[in-house]
Amino acid sequence: MQTIHIKINGKDWTGPVEDGETLVDMIRYRLGLTGTKRGCEVGECGACTVLIDGVPNASCMMLAALADGKSITTIEGLTNEDGSLSPIQQAFVDAAAVQCGYCTPGMILSAYALLQHNPHPTREEIKVALSGNMCRCATYEQVMEAVERASDLLAAAVVSKE
Amino acid sequence: MLYSVKELYRPETLEDALRYLAEYPDARPIAGGTDVLVSMRKKKPEDVRLVGLQNLQELRGIRRREDGVVEIGAYNTFTDLANCPIIAESVPMLRTAALAMGGPQIQNAATIGGNVCNGATSADSAPALFARDAVLVLRSAQGERRVPITEFYDGPGRVKRQSGEILVTIELPPCQADSYGDCYIKFSTRKAMDLALIGCAAACGVAKDGTIAQVGIALGVAAPTPIRAAEAEAFLKGKRLTEDMLEQVGELALATAKPRDSWRASKAYREQIIKTLARRAVRAAYEMAGGAL
Repeated sequence: MQTIHIKINGKDWTGPVEDGETLVDMIRYRLGLTGTKRGCEVGECGACTVLIDGVPNASCMMLAALADGKSITTIEGLTNEDGSLSPIQQAFVDAAAVQCGYCTPGMILSAYALLQHNPHPTREEIKVALSGNMCRCATYEQVMEAVERASDLLAAAVVSKE
Repeated sequence: MLYSVKELYRPETLEDALRYLAEYPDARPIAGGTDVLVSMRKKKPEDVRLVGLQNLQELRGIRRREDGVVEIGAYNTFTDLANCPIIAESVPMLRTAALAMGGPQIQNAATIGGNVCNGATSADSAPALFARDAVLVLRSAQGERRVPITEFYDGPGRVKRQSGEILVTIELPPCQADSYGDCYIKFSTRKAMDLALIGCAAACGVAKDGTIAQVGIALGVAAPTPIRAAEAEAFLKGKRLTEDMLEQVGELALATAKPRDSWRASKAYREQIIKTLARRAVRAAYEMAGGAL
């Protein structure tokens, strides 16, 4: 057992983890944040994607103790405080980019990370950024569209703020 | 997933890590974990000791020394490599290789040191490092050892890292010729999340008169370990590249290779790819160095 300190969706968390415990299990079972999915468990499907210090990582391929001191964002962290959806989540709903939904949290987090540093990505850039996220329902077209919608929504939000 | 880990030790300094490894020689260093954890799934559960390298500043950073040697700390992720201006300028094919490896999540976690020490013939960093005569700097409690990467791979998934050792730095000697060019081509079925069926790197130093002064050609997945295509290199040295010579380069590269049949690709297919990639990589490297065919 080790004690670690992390920031999870902006909040501090200190607690015990087993030495051999993966980050995805810590997130799901210790923190109860079940939006992060366990898929292939060998880093190939992207369902367990979380943002660590802002960049997408496969949480099944990281030991929880090695995340000590990091800031972690899960899909729950994107939702607004009043429970309403963030623009990128709304865009996935509007574009019908969800079939079974298992890959969706990972897809959205990868897309969110992309839009943070590249607000107007090309389709090719979206493909590269999401290339580590598999969808067994093959909703890829709708996912591309959702990311483009999100990009537009965010641009509109910036304009309306100004 | 709960891995059978007896202890995950998280040292703050290289000295402390080496001291722990001296005490427990069977402990496994873990960096990004993308290979170490997968290998622990395959084996029967046994309590292993892991040494987390995350906090060791000695393994970080990429520098160009005054003598022109580029020092790459072993704990640089593939994303670090892809974003580093020194890499883009002095060994651009390593940037290509970094972006061809896995997908974003894996590139953000996996390190070049781990890629080397995992010993896979399909390691995306290997052809570039072989072609550039990289030297590995390993440290243990006993001291430092320097090994050319071309002598480090020992067989499929095996390297000559001794127990108690940590790969600290990868050194790339500078190209001494008037101009330099390189190229890495990964041939795989998918663009992302796939292993190379064949990988080929060529590094070319070209003199002002267009003759090849320095050349390294390396292949991944063409043999049980990454290899250099020494015959093709010897053939090219001191000459100006022509279309006719490229044919010969492909044949000579194939002569060095020992590809095998696997469910991923047949031997015959791989042989064809080796010839084609060797020709294309050498041509691209030569042209990038300012040579004209």
